Amino acid sequence: MNFKKTLWAATLALGLAIGSGQVFAQKKMIQVKGSDTMVNLVQILAEEFMGKNPGSALAIMGGGSGTGITAVINGTCDIATHSREWKQKELDLAWEKGVKPRFFVVAVDGLSIIVNEKNPLEKMTMPQVGSLYKGEIKNWKVVGGPDKAVSLYGRQSNSGTYTFLQEHVLGNKNYSLDVKEMNGNAQIIESVIQDEGGVGYVGVGYLFDQNGKIRKGIKVLNISKDASSEAFSPLDKQNIDSGKYPISRPLYEATNGKPNAAVTGFLTFETGPEGQKIVEREGFFAISEAHKIQNAKNLK
Amino acid sequence: MKKKKSSRFKEQAIRSFFFTCGILAILALAGIFIILLTMAFPAFKDISLKEFLGSGRWDPTSPEKAEYGILSMIVSTLLVTAGALLFAVPIGLGVASYLSDVAHWRVREVVKPIIEVLAAIPSVVVGFLGIVLFAPFLGRLFHLGNGLNALNGSVLLAIMALPTIISLSEDSLNAVPSSYAEASLALGGSRWQTLVRVKIPAALSGIIASIMLGMGRAIGETMTVLMATGNARSFPHGLLSSVRTMTADIAIELGEVPYYTTHYYALFGIGLVLFLMTFAVNMIADIILNKYQQRER
Repeated sequence: MNFKKTLWAATLALGLAIGSGQVFAQKKMIQVKGSDTMVNLVQILAEEFMGKNPGSALAIMGGGSGTGITAVINGTCDIATHSREWKQKELDLAWEKGVKPRFFVVAVDGLSIIVNEKNPLEKMTMPQVGSLYKGEIKNWKVVGGPDKAVSLYGRQSNSGTYTFLQEHVLGNKNYSLDVKEMNGNAQIIESVIQDEGGVGYVGVGYLFDQNGKIRKGIKVLNISKDASSEAFSPLDKQNIDSGKYPISRPLYEATNGKPNAAVTGFLTFETGPEGQKIVEREGFFAISEAHKIQNAKNLK
Repeated sequence: MKKKKSSRFKEQAIRSFFFTCGILAILALAGIFIILLTMAFPAFKDISLKEFLGSGRWDPTSPEKAEYGILSMIVSTLLVTAGALLFAVPIGLGVASYLSDVAHWRVREVVKPIIEVLAAIPSVVVGFLGIVLFAPFLGRLFHLGNGLNALNGSVLLAIMALPTIISLSEDSLNAVPSSYAEASLALGGSRWQTLVRVKIPAALSGIIASIMLGMGRAIGETMTVLMATGNARSFPHGLLSSVRTMTADIAIELGEVPYYTTHYYALFGIGLVLFLMTFAVNMIADIILNKYQQRER
């Protein structure tokens, strides 16, 4: 009886020792959370980084820019990825909690407006896009398209892309309540492919399939600033850099204060030449010199 | 003497254990209700009850004026639930009748486990099938741009509610005393008349309870409707319009809402409304069951 008891106690103690040893031996993972527009890009950057730096570990999650920002304020992630700027409410909340965010631009995105390939429309003005999404235009013939009802696809309110479009294209007005709010960029593309009257907005990086060609079934519209300007395509890097394409935006990462050594390593990789090559390969645009200078300042 | 004492102690211990389990269940339910109530209450400092329950405009992140009307979502939830029951009740009752009255026992042995498996399919898989399979099909059938609408959600919810309805209805039909059916047949009734005029009315309490439970399942379902109904915030025009249910809205917005803002409390308000709806449905099911059981005696 005594021997059995001792044996059980010894096994239990050994198990606990090994278990706790495992817990302490586990790598500390860098948690990255936020923008759905950026999640694929950051995933690939992370994989390359981990390949070059064995011993580093990163976990990348989506959920929308709003989700990431909330997480970095609450301390549940190390890096927040976001495709829009922080709202005043979020900045206030951060300061209340003693969180002093630092921002890094890792890529530039051309937000493209897509329609079904059967739609003969080739271009629209930015105010027209705004009217479409405010629900003011209900039929394609008003903007020069076919006589078909407009079927709006968009993101949900936790998406940075949603907020960015609302601020820059809708002039901070309400979206139409009829927008079908999809769970991510990919779902918008699939829906527009199937819907002949469909229109959607997606980050330019999502337009391409594995072979680097535009997804079959959608058409990317050229957008002009207003009725009297020329319309430009988001697919040409020059149009983005020069500001000719009106709906472009920086893609950000935010940390709580000065990032630690591991996070700094990853950020340096992303904004350096290797990372930027991957950014361009994935269909986004490289950051400008001004962005690079600002990033370097924020890393100090 | 020693043996009697230890067995009495064991009895006491086991009784206390069961009592604790029972109390824990009640405490958990009460706890959830209290949390919902206390977290939803601050919302109504800024939102009038009239706007919350009467307005169909839900736009809490609006840069113009934040609006917190959940009427569109309540109607959407009821719409997909009603649609689901429209499909699930006739089919469920039919299958239950078939299994209890018509099927050969070997068929029953095979079909019953298959129906149980239907209940085990994860809701996210059902939602996935909805997006990839049903939505394009519905789009082609009704010449719509896409099939992400309330009808799609209803069909999927019907699939999920069916196993509950079938199982419980079949049990109720089997529980009808065989003397009822024998008497009916002896008096010259056909098997169909016996089923429809004698067995089903006798099993009605159990059948209604099963429908109520299926309805509760449909009301509370989140993932499937989130993926398959299109999530448009507008007031539904019918089964073919894109809808956003209360459950989907909470799932979409709770992850990114800054804590302790009006929007945050309003989401708990939606949760409270959902809780009360499901509670009411279950209460009604219970009352009906009890009433008919008493009548039987």
